[in-house]
Amino acid sequence: MSIHVPEETWFKPPSGAERTWIGLALAWCLVLSIMMPYWHFKGKQNSTGDSYSVTPTAFGARVEQFVKTNKVGETNGIPIVEPSPGGDAYLQAQMWRWYPVLKLKEGQTYRLHVSSMDLQHGFSLLPMNMNFQVLPGYDHVLTITPTIKGEYSIVCNEFCGIGHHLMTGKIVVE
Amino acid sequence: MSTAIAIEPPARESSPSGLSVGNHPSAGVRTCETTGLPVCLTAQQFIRLNAVIAVVALLAGGVAALLVGLTRWPTVHLLDPVWYYRLVTFHGLNMLIFWILFMEIGILYFAATTLLNTRLFSKSLAWTSFAMMLSGAVLVDVTILLGKADVMMTSYVPLKAHSNFYLGIILVAVGTLIGVGNFFGTLYIAKRDKTYIGSVPLVVFGATAAAIIAVVTLLHGAIVMIPTWLWSLDVIKHVDAGWYRLIWWGLGHQSQQVNVCAMVSVWYMLGTITTGAKPINQAVCRGAFVLYILFINLASAHHLLVDPGVGASWKIWNTSYAMYLAVLASMIHGFTVPASVEVAMRKKGHNRGLFGWLAAAPWKNPGFSAFFLSLLIFGFIGGITGVTLGTQQINILAHNTLRIPGHFHSTVVGGTSLAFMGLAYYVVPLIFKREFYARGLARIQPYIFAVGIVIMSLGMSFAGSYGVPRRHWDVQFAGAQFAAGFGSGAHVMLGIMGVGVVLAFVGLITFVLLVVAAVFFGKKIENRPMTAW
Ligand code: HEM
Ligand SMILES: [Cu+2]
Ligand SMILES: [Cu+2]
Repeated sequence: MSIHVPEETWFKPPSGAERTWIGLALAWCLVLSIMMPYWHFKGKQNSTGDSYSVTPTAFGARVEQFVKTNKVGETNGIPIVEPSPGGDAYLQAQMWRWYPVLKLKEGQTYRLHVSSMDLQHGFSLLPMNMNFQVLPGYDHVLTITPTIKGEYSIVCNEFCGIGHHLMTGKIVVE
Repeated sequence: MSTAIAIEPPARESSPSGLSVGNHPSAGVRTCETTGLPVCLTAQQFIRLNAVIAVVALLAGGVAALLVGLTRWPTVHLLDPVWYYRLVTFHGLNMLIFWILFMEIGILYFAATTLLNTRLFSKSLAWTSFAMMLSGAVLVDVTILLGKADVMMTSYVPLKAHSNFYLGIILVAVGTLIGVGNFFGTLYIAKRDKTYIGSVPLVVFGATAAAIIAVVTLLHGAIVMIPTWLWSLDVIKHVDAGWYRLIWWGLGHQSQQVNVCAMVSVWYMLGTITTGAKPINQAVCRGAFVLYILFINLASAHHLLVDPGVGASWKIWNTSYAMYLAVLASMIHGFTVPASVEVAMRKKGHNRGLFGWLAAAPWKNPGFSAFFLSLLIFGFIGGITGVTLGTQQINILAHNTLRIPGHFHSTVVGGTSLAFMGLAYYVVPLIFKREFYARGLARIQPYIFAVGIVIMSLGMSFAGSYGVPRRHWDVQFAGAQFAAGFGSGAHVMLGIMGVGVVLAFVGLITFVLLVVAAVFFGKKIENRPMTAW
């Protein structure tokens, strides 16, 4: 019994159904283990963790530079910015907004730099439902290729203070 | 089951004559009238103390859960944002940390002393541990309720709480570490005084695995919490957000493996107590516990799958090879535990068909139903969602959405907490020596709680699959700069979650009331066995 000192000869190899089950479970675990790297190369959506260290001030300056050179309009007081196709795009998270609004071209690939000016934030793209962590001090680079035209909202899904649920932004794909 | 529990005294199964004498001081031990097991009276005192505080934390966390859950249900949307975020923080800490840790210290003391027929290593260590844990927990709760720590249980830097919040957590962690040390001390004196012959029982082995992982876990806790505490006091200027997450999850994830080990040990124990189950092959069960110890540390990487700062190969390596060997361990226990019950039931003559043994199981015994429902919920919902969420690509869809609480409410609540509730149906009569009132209610309590948690978990999981965030006050984003929101599908799922919340709360409050009534006003059990369930 499990609450008693076991018999002297408790150490014996598994046998019967138990052995079969362990074999099956182990085989399944191995399949899963192989699938993990396999999908990384075969699949089209990965989180590579590509990132560089950056201070919030330096990142803020890059964002301003990016906005100045690529601004094409304004909505709700936030600049709309259209990065050059295939180039770098910047998105700044801060309590409690995503800045600026990005205008991207369908089928073009961008290096989207996301970082935070203050606390941790959660980049959550809706209704696609794709989620990435945004940290101050880390320039998180997401290599993205929008494939469907439309308007997407960005919400924050890492708690960042009392205005957390008001933190939204926008990406437009044309 | 109407028969009394059939458990022989802790002798070697092969040679009952090898019964050893304990090392108890005179008048320091009693023999349990129900099980024949020796109970160290000092250990009994601390099992009682820890269990009482655990249930108080469960009650506090449960009330917060109801309020938070009713806020997440869009049609009710009960609390204002300040109190919603405050009570999410309060709920997480009281449940995941205080309820679970106080229970686990009680379980460690029980497993080491009663099952090894030894006295508790040190009464003063037990007092120190208890006092530190209790004062830490009170400090944390007061700081949160005063509005000085609206930072969630994870307190991700640079979000800053009042320094007392971190201090409280450090006190709880060190207190727990001291309790775990007392457990190891007890194992040591049992071995030294030869209070048992041969290997330790399986449940003690599982508890030891839990204790070993707990030490590693709490060391991570110290590494991350002490600098953070100093940072909150302005002694340290900067704590890196990525570094914090890496080490914090070394604490946060591994502590879940402590819970799994403790839960599986409780499964083995309740299986034996309620059906006389006996593991088919102890080498297999013990080997599976060893897998937990070896591999779980690396698996904490699955919390960082969409983080910057850690690269793809690091993520893949840690979440594939290493995590699946820990998963293998759960797959093994998921087989051996029900198999041992099946063998025991068949031996009693319940042989009809493939599942006749299961149908004939003591489903009216809350100790059994809680244990078996915990096994089913943990295995089928908790385990499967966990392995799914831990893959690199699916995590992109799930990170920080309600799918995450959907997952862990079926592991640490439907699994661990339910198993601990089942245990309480024996702890109260055997350790507090009090009878339960309303035994009919007790028989259905595990079902109410289990059904509620399952509905809530599924509601959360499906809402999360639409992208509904966790820890979020308003899924309508009213007043936000850019409109955002979710379709009716997500709202239906949040409604289903809300129904589950209410039901689970009813199950929880029933449990608390039954236990409080029994412990403080129940009929005393003196010189007789407990009334069998
Ligand atoms: C009646 C039982 C329970 C109900 C109704 C319940 C409900 C909830 C709800 C609604 C949330 C908030 C989700 C969100 O808005 O992000 C939550 C979070 C959580 N619950 Fe529970 N819960 C229960 C029991 C437990 C137990 C027993 C534990 C631990 C052993 C637990 C651990 C947690 C944790 C760790 C969180 C996350 C807090 C955070 O995000 O910081 N819950 N629960
Ligand atoms: Cu945010
Ligand atoms: Cu936020």
